[in-house]
Amino acid sequence: MSLATATPQTERRQQSARLRRRARTARGGRSILFHLFALAVLVVILYPAVWMFMSSFKPSNDIIGSVSLVPTDGGFQNYAKALEGIGGVSFWTFVVNSLILAVGSVVGILLSCSFAAYAFARVKFRGRSVFFVCMIATMLLPFHVVIIPQYIVFNNLGMINTYWPLLLGKFLATESFFVFLMIQFIRGLPRELDEAAVIDGAGHPRIFFSIILPLMKPALVTSAIFAFIWSWNDFFGPLLYLKEPSMYTMPLALRLYVDQTSTSDYGAQMAMAILALLPVLLFFFAFQRQLVGGVATQGLKG
Amino acid sequence: MAGTTIARDPVRDRARRRARDRSTRAGYAFLSPWLLGFFGLTAGPMIASLYLSFTDYNLFTAPTFIGFENYQRLLTDTNFAQAAKVTALYVVFGTPVKLAAALAVAMLLHNSRRGQGFYRSAYYLPSLIGGSVSIAIVWKAMFIDDGIVAQIGQVFGGSPAADGGWVGDPGRTLPMLILLTVWQFGAPMVIFLAGLKQVPTEMYEAAEVDGAGPVRRFWNITIPLLSPVLFFNLLLETIHAFQIFNSAFIISNGSGGPAQSTLFYTLYLYFRGFRDFQMGYASAMAWVLVIVVGLISLLLFRSSKSWVHYSGDDK
Repeated sequence: MSLATATPQTERRQQSARLRRRARTARGGRSILFHLFALAVLVVILYPAVWMFMSSFKPSNDIIGSVSLVPTDGGFQNYAKALEGIGGVSFWTFVVNSLILAVGSVVGILLSCSFAAYAFARVKFRGRSVFFVCMIATMLLPFHVVIIPQYIVFNNLGMINTYWPLLLGKFLATESFFVFLMIQFIRGLPRELDEAAVIDGAGHPRIFFSIILPLMKPALVTSAIFAFIWSWNDFFGPLLYLKEPSMYTMPLALRLYVDQTSTSDYGAQMAMAILALLPVLLFFFAFQRQLVGGVATQGLKG
Repeated sequence: MAGTTIARDPVRDRARRRARDRSTRAGYAFLSPWLLGFFGLTAGPMIASLYLSFTDYNLFTAPTFIGFENYQRLLTDTNFAQAAKVTALYVVFGTPVKLAAALAVAMLLHNSRRGQGFYRSAYYLPSLIGGSVSIAIVWKAMFIDDGIVAQIGQVFGGSPAADGGWVGDPGRTLPMLILLTVWQFGAPMVIFLAGLKQVPTEMYEAAEVDGAGPVRRFWNITIPLLSPVLFFNLLLETIHAFQIFNSAFIISNGSGGPAQSTLFYTLYLYFRGFRDFQMGYASAMAWVLVIVVGLISLLLFRSSKSWVHYSGDDK
């Protein structure tokens, strides 16, 4: 910090201060340009979603080929039609079915994945590193290689058209993404807490339930939100295992609806599509910070 | 390690062993749900499907062993070749474009503090909903017949839509699905942004003082320092792209058409396994997919040694 010696370093520092000043004055103009560009991207990004929303209020023959976002006069009749249900099955049945699976998934994933994550992050035992590699490998494994034998077994057990095949894996921590997310979180917690508890004579169950689990709340919240949304949007699993419309989830019902209604009834299809997305959108608006944060940390540690 | 000490202290030894046993027991207890899932729902079925891939099995009569016949049939199956081709094109064109878009927007957002949080969340939204049936239906409605995309295209001098629009044109369904995945650039963008935050700003300032232009700074600072994140995104998005199913299934009405232009690998596997109940053949397809994805992952990991720089490395 001495003023007398003008070493290359201080010269550099001065130069960088000058650069920073120049940047600040340039920022005003650049900021407007930035926002214009960012908003342009935003329009392109959100156009399909907004178009879909607006279309759901239009009469069907006004949708295809209409660039306009302004509803003409459809009102809520598309929604009324969508809420009528499909083939004698009430719309609300699909909602309840989806909810059962989503809530079941959340409970199963939070329980089984937090157990596994604690074992991987905090307990020392033989074979841990081998299993850890297995866990990471399953994240990269295309799940198609396991669905055929799984289907055969569930078929032999008479579990087709039940929710067992869709929920069992959630209670057995097969979704490595969540195990990994929780491991990363536990590793960030100070070890001193466990060590103090060990000195006090606490075993692993005590440490987990009274120290780690309460501290894991942010990771549990993030996991719960993702688990809910992924289960809600899941199409492939229900497509394989659910055969009767009374068991259908929203995405399956939506597909059935598109198949059954005449192809030109886009208005009602859009309304139904909006209704199927509604919980996801609500979650997004309520928890966007956790969602984006979850993705960011997951990627950073990878 | 405890056993190799020369001066043995039996009491201490036993206590240590007991602590270790307790720890092992606790570890396996906590891991038991995962272990059940891993062996029962992942490793076991993997072995089972490997076996099934050497059999002829229709779910109703017992599987008969036929050796490599399924794999041999794959080689001459024109539908399989089509599925492999469509999927490869989707991966090769979709993934780089998506990542380039993600990186470009991330760099743009990174330079501006104000409004960053808002734009970041908004751009992320498509990643959250893009895989849903709802969005596939909307995508179809936008591209079908004389839909809005065809109309916008005509404003820019495009030819009027053929019957069915993009959805009915075998040459345009793949670009349409690639656009759908590029639209979901938000998730890799968020990861890029998190990586960019780790790059020290002094580096850019030093480079600027030394006279490096924006292009040099991008290639010599941003890319090397971002390479771990780039690698992570590339690996995940590539593996992900191989498994596209929902949007293709919905847009083609569960047919893989028109003219098999959306017959993606997983779609064809689904048809063989769960429509025709050729479980052996579908298992062989699944294993080919695992091997291909495994080889590509391996290749990426291998190549990463020459272009991914982890902080703490010398260079």
